[in-house]
Amino acid sequence: MKKVLTGNFAAAYGATAAKVNVVAAYPITPQTTIVEILSEIVADGHLKADFIKVESEHSALAACIGAQAAGARTYTATSAQGLALMHELIHWAARGRLPIVLTNVNRAMGPGWSIWADTTDSISERDTGWMQVYCENNQEVFDTILMSYKIAENEDILLPQLVNLDAFFLSHTSQVVDMYDQKTIDSFLPPYKPTIKLDVENPRSFGALTSPEHYYEFSYKIAMAHEKAKQVIADTGREFKKIFGREYGMTESYRCDDAEYILVTYGTIAGTAKDAVDRMREKGIKVGAFKIRYFRPFPVEDVVAGLSHAKKIGVIDRAVSYGHGGAFFTESKAAMYGHDIPMYGFIAGLGGRDVSIEDISGMVGHMQHQDPENMIWIGVKK
Amino acid sequence: MSAGSQDTKRKIKLTLPEEEIMSPGHVACLGCGASLGMRYALKALGHKTMMAIPACCWAVIDGPFPYSAAGVPIHHSAFETAASTAAGMTHALSQLGQDDVTTMAWAGDGGTFDIGLQALSGAAERNDNLIYVVYDNEAYMNTGIQRSSSTPHGAWTTTTPVNHYRKGQKKNIMEIMVAHRIPYAATANVAFPEDFIRKLQKAKEIKGMKFIHLYAPCPTGWKHATDKTIEIAKLATQTNTFPIYEVENGVYKINRKIKNPKPVAEYLQYQGRFRHLSDDEVAYIQSEVDKNWERLLKLEQAFGEE
Repeated sequence: MKKVLTGNFAAAYGATAAKVNVVAAYPITPQTTIVEILSEIVADGHLKADFIKVESEHSALAACIGAQAAGARTYTATSAQGLALMHELIHWAARGRLPIVLTNVNRAMGPGWSIWADTTDSISERDTGWMQVYCENNQEVFDTILMSYKIAENEDILLPQLVNLDAFFLSHTSQVVDMYDQKTIDSFLPPYKPTIKLDVENPRSFGALTSPEHYYEFSYKIAMAHEKAKQVIADTGREFKKIFGREYGMTESYRCDDAEYILVTYGTIAGTAKDAVDRMREKGIKVGAFKIRYFRPFPVEDVVAGLSHAKKIGVIDRAVSYGHGGAFFTESKAAMYGHDIPMYGFIAGLGGRDVSIEDISGMVGHMQHQDPENMIWIGVKK
Repeated sequence: MSAGSQDTKRKIKLTLPEEEIMSPGHVACLGCGASLGMRYALKALGHKTMMAIPACCWAVIDGPFPYSAAGVPIHHSAFETAASTAAGMTHALSQLGQDDVTTMAWAGDGGTFDIGLQALSGAAERNDNLIYVVYDNEAYMNTGIQRSSSTPHGAWTTTTPVNHYRKGQKKNIMEIMVAHRIPYAATANVAFPEDFIRKLQKAKEIKGMKFIHLYAPCPTGWKHATDKTIEIAKLATQTNTFPIYEVENGVYKINRKIKNPKPVAEYLQYQGRFRHLSDDEVAYIQSEVDKNWERLLKLEQAFGEE
């Protein structure tokens, strides 16, 4: 069944299709409609779940943690300040190995108050142990939420996943989304069956005081789960394609095969980059776009395989790590270590500033004529 | 057969449930009131109980990974999340059809009066179906005796040194919880386990938010002899410093009315944390205790049983 949906509706319907048992969430612009829609869906009985209307994002994730530990499939959604308030529990969920799925509508951090697109919020959660995926369109939002539960709940993974979509560019923009039929979705994503949970028949203590004798190994296991996740993500993407006809990997190449210049990016800018590539190709410039979906685990192998034939590589970040550069850029550059390809780090679109086809064409022009730099600010008013 | 031999055959009738769910291999300090509290709580609630325990003494008392002394499942949660984590647990149990399992949040005074108050207020306002027990040892004991908003007037702690001791009354957490109009709120004291157990068993049968403020002395933090825990706890109630009462659907009932309350000085004298206090300060504490008691009597008069 096809419907015209905003990104927020796609997210809420995705969680509904995943038949989550417990939702705990707190409203924040521009995530708000996710909370509103899910409240209605639960109230109308279309989703048999408990919606805990918590008093903060901190409690939202704490409640998901408690519910997931007790054996429920859980869902929450937030943005920017809300994600930052959750930060302590972002760590807690990952170290607790709880496969919670969280939709984060990427929004800039204050001050000044900004409700517009910027990925600094989720990039700031890089080292928590969560898997992170960035969506380009609303179909991908819906599909990714379904796949996220399957990946996160995999016995070898058991890690939470952050599903990111850009504020307004997706959250409040309507697109056609194929929602499939529920029976088919159920066959792809059966109900959650935790291998270990809080159980009065088998009392265990979770998260107790852990000495240096054990803590290190717990961290190692999370790192290994991230390594395994790369395969599980690929397998799940293929299985998804078999059933629903759309394939998703950790990355996606667009007209990169013979490209001399490759632009690496993520989120909605990836869509604009494809259009920019088409226009530049018409002028005879051999350029391609390379979308990174998964930021964690970082797809090092895919990045190397997808970029090593390029003459020059540009990476566009809608966030900045002050004092060094955009995180997608620095991580891509680290992945490409030893390949001796000039790499350009572009900072663009912070705080919801539009990133146009012309901006992206300008980046390729910059790469053709200038020396590489880590932080090239596009259209900045100095 | 002599009367004596008959006596030895007769089974002693216990006033507490016999089964010990908590095992003795915990790591509490000698004379710890909080460990007694947990032992009684699990006797009252039974095996079908799961707990959220935030950062507090009990995060350690239960034992380090991979050990656990409680005998029921525990989710160790972040400091300020006892109520919100337990809320998630109880909603999950309800969705999964396990309504026969009791969810208990078990937190210290710091995690309840201070950092966890917002989450507690949220769970209370939503009337989430759980029992919240705060075991009150009147300071951040697990981190080494720092003052909390439950530390009483006059007390020494490591952040309220004797030349700058705690001024002001401890926060009245019961009035805060009663103001949320929850179905059940009660105080209890580890020196009166029958009363505590009765209250927990009552709470178990009530749907919604139940709150129990449990008084639990801490020999380490209060600087009293480890064999004085029960005596001091009794004195807290016998002096009206910590009255025992319950508020069920807004109806106040004082469970222990002391005919001739002992002077507060008797309660203070065993505790090193009050040793520096002048007679004037002791007199002031007595006057505050009297005022609080009068206020409680008035509340019972106004909102007690018809």
